[in-house]
Amino acid sequence: MTHEQTSLYAAREPIFPRRVSGAFRRLKWQIMAVTLGIYYITPWIRWDRGPALPDQAVLVDLAHRRFYFFMIEIWPHEFYFVAGLLIMAGLGLFLFTAALGRVWCGYACPQTVWTDLFLLVERKVEGDRNARLRLHKAPWDARKWRLRLTKWAIWLVIAMATGGAWVFYFADAPTLARELATFEAPPVAWISIAVLTFTTFTFGGFMREQVCIYMCPWPRIQGAMMDEGTLTVAYRSWRGEPRGRGMKRHAGDGAITRAAGPQIGGRSPVLPMQFREGRVVLPEPQAGAAQGPGDCIDCNACVNVCPMGIDIRDGQQMACITCALCIDACDEVMEKVGRPRGLIDYLALSDAPRERAGGAPQSVWRHVLRPRNLVYTGLWAAIGVGLLLALVLRPTIELTVAPVRNPTFVTLSDGAIRNAYDVRVRNREGSLQNIAFSLAGAPGMSLGVEGVDDTTVAVEADSQRLIRVYVTAADDTPAAESDRTEIALTVRDTVTGESATVETTFNGDPE
Amino acid sequence: MASPHDKDHVETTGHSWDGIEEYNNPLPRWWLWTFYATIAWGLLYTILYPAWPLVHGATTGVMAWSTRGDVAAEIQAVREGQADMRAALVDADLATLPQNEALNGFAVQAGAALFRTNCSQCHGSGAAGADGYPNLLDDDWLWGGQIDQIAFTIRHGIRNEVDPDARYSQMPAFGEILAPAEIETLVQHVQSLPEGNDPLGGEGGALFADNCASCHGEDARGNRDVGAPNLTDAIWLNAHDDASLTTLISKGPFGVMPPWGDRLGEAGVRALAAYVHQLGGGEPTPEPTPGQPKE
Ligand code: SF4
Ligand code: SF4
Repeated sequence: MTHEQTSLYAAREPIFPRRVSGAFRRLKWQIMAVTLGIYYITPWIRWDRGPALPDQAVLVDLAHRRFYFFMIEIWPHEFYFVAGLLIMAGLGLFLFTAALGRVWCGYACPQTVWTDLFLLVERKVEGDRNARLRLHKAPWDARKWRLRLTKWAIWLVIAMATGGAWVFYFADAPTLARELATFEAPPVAWISIAVLTFTTFTFGGFMREQVCIYMCPWPRIQGAMMDEGTLTVAYRSWRGEPRGRGMKRHAGDGAITRAAGPQIGGRSPVLPMQFREGRVVLPEPQAGAAQGPGDCIDCNACVNVCPMGIDIRDGQQMACITCALCIDACDEVMEKVGRPRGLIDYLALSDAPRERAGGAPQSVWRHVLRPRNLVYTGLWAAIGVGLLLALVLRPTIELTVAPVRNPTFVTLSDGAIRNAYDVRVRNREGSLQNIAFSLAGAPGMSLGVEGVDDTTVAVEADSQRLIRVYVTAADDTPAAESDRTEIALTVRDTVTGESATVETTFNGDPE
Repeated sequence: MASPHDKDHVETTGHSWDGIEEYNNPLPRWWLWTFYATIAWGLLYTILYPAWPLVHGATTGVMAWSTRGDVAAEIQAVREGQADMRAALVDADLATLPQNEALNGFAVQAGAALFRTNCSQCHGSGAAGADGYPNLLDDDWLWGGQIDQIAFTIRHGIRNEVDPDARYSQMPAFGEILAPAEIETLVQHVQSLPEGNDPLGGEGGALFADNCASCHGEDARGNRDVGAPNLTDAIWLNAHDDASLTTLISKGPFGVMPPWGDRLGEAGVRALAAYVHQLGGGEPTPEPTPGQPKE
């Protein structure tokens, strides 16, 4: 058996996506402007919270364990808000993926957005696809060096700005900017900037589609979340095939859904897979195969613009991030050759048999408003409403009461029984709160606060204070002699009158 | 070139097991380099840090880093960070310490840690004491509950033979002095005191006046100068059933506490005093009245 030794590893094949214009490209520019704008500008927005609190609208204050988001302030014990937001993000991803496939990847993922930005720089410096291809093959002469270095320098600036913007979310932006400018910033800021600069530079400049294909878990997860009703970028093979440049070419290339494996170097296995009524069926003979060439003129425009370097005409495949640029490219061509647009289009797998049979696809709304999507939307909205309610109903004064159980009670010299409670009072306001304790208990019970003569203590702005509170039941009272007595502790802001109450128990000495 | 759709032309690895072949979906080469880089990093790590097991212990690594050294350095850093607070605590006037929120907070936290390590063995982790070991939470004190009195007790201890300034007193073993019947009478008498009986009344009162009142006082309210407990309140240092009290009076209790001044240092003693003082029974220091002799 003679077999050539094949390599188990493949070098990356560079991709030179061509410039394209069209509706989706425009939309992507807009999304890029908005998302990058939000990212770079947000830390600089100011928001007045009074003198005791930072005035940065969005701030993750790790040192003081606070998260500020405009009028919202989150304490560490309220991490469920963050958990809730993460669940919403997860459900949102389910929803978008079930409805529109990998829209996250195609439009909003930072990897896509920054790669797009880096490609824009590349195109501006080195020219469009053909020029870049030529440059790639050219020897390393002065011109090539000049262009490459220029491109890398711009990339590096963008990468540094990206890492630089990140750290401003974790500290007061103007202060940190000054510290960075004077080289007085803490090491963690420099390290964060360095790491993010490095990752942005390599991921956006050199790794690009490799990140999506080999490093990112989303393609697998999202691939599993799509179904036959999901609208995703696809090629109307029944309309396009047999493709040819004006003449009849080979027939039989069906709409092949690639279950796994990107087509890099054409080595990956192809599993012809089609769905009908949710089941996999083998490809049928082409309806139009006998009737001369299809609409696809095999111009390769869709392949040339693809940032992933794949051919959408091979069918849905894991490497496709559904950036929709091939739709723009193909529409442009269809316009030129006088054929209807939409040879490549947002399309659901379940529509394929309908269209093959000459029918019209289901409307977009029929696809989007599937029960599955409605359930996701419902869950998503329910959690959102719940979080919002929790946020609005959140008191500005909070207390937790931990009865001291070691020992459960103390006998005092006059025979009275005393219980101690570790009370934590949180003042979420921007000013000092004077709070007064009061007790709802049984007859003969009294209240004391460690360290003060009366029952009023001050809690600093935006802080919590641990206070030992004593409840004493006089000798021979029912509370002193029974095992458990239900009581309630109340704290009241002496200025605003706002209060919070916690129920707890009092342990007496039954003997 | 064959169409990539033609599955017969997808490359295989060339491996064949009973006719089963393996498609070659090559890994990206950079992945391989990343893998090598992690190996190199791992090797470098074992050179820099303790790693390779040898017969006696492991290689120490060229950075000479160890978890123990790390902890020691952290402790050292904390010590240095707290040096100012410790110095302030040593210089502070104990009487007004509870009013100094920052310093007292530091002292109480430090005292709580010291208490758990050094005191909880006898007084219990909740400071509730045990039979013969005073409860530090209540409002009854043998040797005084003002913060400087507590500090003195901690610093020098009680009835130990180490510190010449230790608090000292000794209750005699009355089993050698009184007849068993007299002791029984005394037991009954002492047990009745918290109910408000006259300490000097009756037969028991007579015995009390002769034998006990010199330390516990004619009113039986104790004497903090000699650490004699108040016998009229609801708090008992020891079990007070007949048998226990009989043993106690016959043999004489002799509770010992070691001096902590040398072991914990003045800052530690003061921190502990601050902690114990705020457990619920601490007594305020009276304003010194002019002319009154100082202790
Ligand atoms: S595959 Fe991953 S990295 Fe690529 S666009 Fe999608 S989410 Fe982003
Ligand atoms: S085939 Fe390429 S160009 Fe088309 S949507 Fe997918 S990734 Fe984008």
